[in-house]
Amino acid sequence: MTTISSATAAFTGRDPGNRLYGPVPDVSEQAGYVEEHPKRVGFFTDTSVCIGCKACEVACKEWNTLPMDDSHGKRDALGLSGMSYDNTGQLGANSWRHVAFIEQSRAVDLPMPTFGRPGDDRPTVGDMPAPDTGDLDSTAKAQASVLNAEALSEFDPQTGQTGADKQIRWLMSSDVCKHCTHAGCLDVCPTGALFRTEFGTVVVQGDICNGCGYCVAACPYGVIDQRKDDGRVFKCTMCYDRLTDGLMPACATACPTQSIQFGDLDELQARADARLETLQSQGVETARLYGRDESDGVGGVGAFFLLLDEPEVYGLPPDPIVTTRDLPAMWKAAGKAAAMMIGVAVTAVLSSRRR
Amino acid sequence: MTGGITSPGAGWRQADGGPSVQRTGKRRRRGSRRGRAEIAMVDDVEFTSYYGRQIVKTPVWKSPDVPLYLFLGGAAGSSSILAAVADLTDRPTLTRVGRLTAGGGAILSVVALVHDLGRPERFLHMLRVFKPTSPLSVGTYILSPFGAAAGATAAVELLGWFPRLKRFGGVVAAVFGGPLATYTGVLLANTAVPSWHAAHTQLPFVFGGSAMAAGGGISMAFTPVEEAGPARNMAVMGAAIELVAMHKVENDHGLLSEPFHEGRPGAFMRAAKTCTAAGAGLTVLAGRRRWGAVASGTLLAAGSLLTRFGVFEAGIASTKDPKYVVIPQRERMARREAGEPADAGEARSVTL
Repeated sequence: MTTISSATAAFTGRDPGNRLYGPVPDVSEQAGYVEEHPKRVGFFTDTSVCIGCKACEVACKEWNTLPMDDSHGKRDALGLSGMSYDNTGQLGANSWRHVAFIEQSRAVDLPMPTFGRPGDDRPTVGDMPAPDTGDLDSTAKAQASVLNAEALSEFDPQTGQTGADKQIRWLMSSDVCKHCTHAGCLDVCPTGALFRTEFGTVVVQGDICNGCGYCVAACPYGVIDQRKDDGRVFKCTMCYDRLTDGLMPACATACPTQSIQFGDLDELQARADARLETLQSQGVETARLYGRDESDGVGGVGAFFLLLDEPEVYGLPPDPIVTTRDLPAMWKAAGKAAAMMIGVAVTAVLSSRRR
Repeated sequence: MTGGITSPGAGWRQADGGPSVQRTGKRRRRGSRRGRAEIAMVDDVEFTSYYGRQIVKTPVWKSPDVPLYLFLGGAAGSSSILAAVADLTDRPTLTRVGRLTAGGGAILSVVALVHDLGRPERFLHMLRVFKPTSPLSVGTYILSPFGAAAGATAAVELLGWFPRLKRFGGVVAAVFGGPLATYTGVLLANTAVPSWHAAHTQLPFVFGGSAMAAGGGISMAFTPVEEAGPARNMAVMGAAIELVAMHKVENDHGLLSEPFHEGRPGAFMRAAKTCTAAGAGLTVLAGRRRWGAVASGTLLAAGSLLTRFGVFEAGIASTKDPKYVVIPQRERMARREAGEPADAGEARSVTL
């Protein structure tokens, strides 16, 4: 495997080593670390035990000395997103971890038990008259005016009395750069500032980046971004500096619930599979792994997730595909179009000569 | 799984009924917003997102730098080809105009490209590596020799030195001119920007055609009409190719074609089509008159410039709404589940 074969793959589409697309057994070796190199490392973010404490965000900012920004990535601005407890909003140049927060509810067929509430002697739920209909007995009237049960049930689903009881849950998930097997940012970087480390992660070299911004447009997850006042791009390095000294990344070290687990990728994958099996056997029917599948559009990722809902609920793309998969077809089209231009120019000259 | 193609599993919904579940259809009256589930509109697909936030990042490429670069590079590239064939068929004025356009366009496009960098002083870092997987890297190695050859040819054309070197430089520029005009289609398409990537095999033809319309138009505006026949022909053929290819981009990709019709990019595209079609028509009708050549050449160049702005802005718009990411990907997953090839790219990689 040399750079020549990469050139061939990008232009012709003949790609036996899966350099553009498909599973890759050893991504570091493919990148040129042919001799002894560490095993590929990664994050397994188990969102089922995330408590949304944002210790990962803080640890990341502290260790990497990232500037403050608001929920739209504006630097040195203090701003609340106004949508939830999530005031980070998104991953960006200054936020390399982002804890998503989603409040969900669902209707439950089984009614909640209605006994035990003082003064509540109604036999069934669901037939409580509206407070303003005037045909209430005195107890219910008092209840309606004092407790305002109808209004309570609107925003307190645990005491919902409207017939269709509600369950509520909070989804929290710490998002991060995925360190893809086929990383779009790395593929399109024209300066070589982005590179694959010996650990199989993807890192930007700040002293090389010239701020062309191609990686920003190429990332299917919307992770990497440009720091406007600096001009260069920044993203999670999986604490490359700590890894080289044998330390865990800051976020995984700070995580109090082991929602963020760091380790060798194959070991994490086995752990995740076991965890998924456990959850499913416990009846958590919506649990699924995201980014675990090595035959997906980016060849599997180095930082994968256990989610409790569809990926887009957390702001993740449901079926990302690395853009360079289609690059051979694009070069072919560009070549044909260039040939067409010469053909048109020659035709233009010849046809005007005949007159 | 319940409901539309992307409803969350097991009946879980955003608790406050906020912007998490959205519909693609136009927003109805405020009063009916609560009763979302009542009326199902045609083409009204429900999808989920994280508080309506965008998923892919909006490119940080600046306007007008990048659309201008696309236009200038295209016009320069096609002019250099025109100049070379005009030189070989002995049309000195057309050759001269083509070379000057190519040289001027090349220099200005380099300026636009460098100005767009976050760290312009580091533009030479582009030449550290050659990466076929990066259209910007390949483009650098197209633009650099083109800029050198076209710039030098234009300079000696102005100074009147070294006639032989001039012809050689002109041919070198013409060799890189075509790729310079069409690689920019790959530059935009090889991204996660939904509306650009969807048109990845068509954009090079749009830009190639648009480049010929602009290059031919500019050349015929500055060349005596009796010598400008090739420029007129190239401009009309280029305009036709641009219109046909752009029509496919605007209609082949379902939801991802939508940004080309709406808002600012839609206005750009409509203006571009009007200018290009009018310019091509006027070239045929009045291209042999001085005023006609100038007017139609200007219209064609304007049409080409507006096309670049329209395509650029449409891509930008497609990153800002999560529906352009979620819905096509969901539909692709559904096709894959049904055992159909999910898209052309997938079919290709399966047959490898």
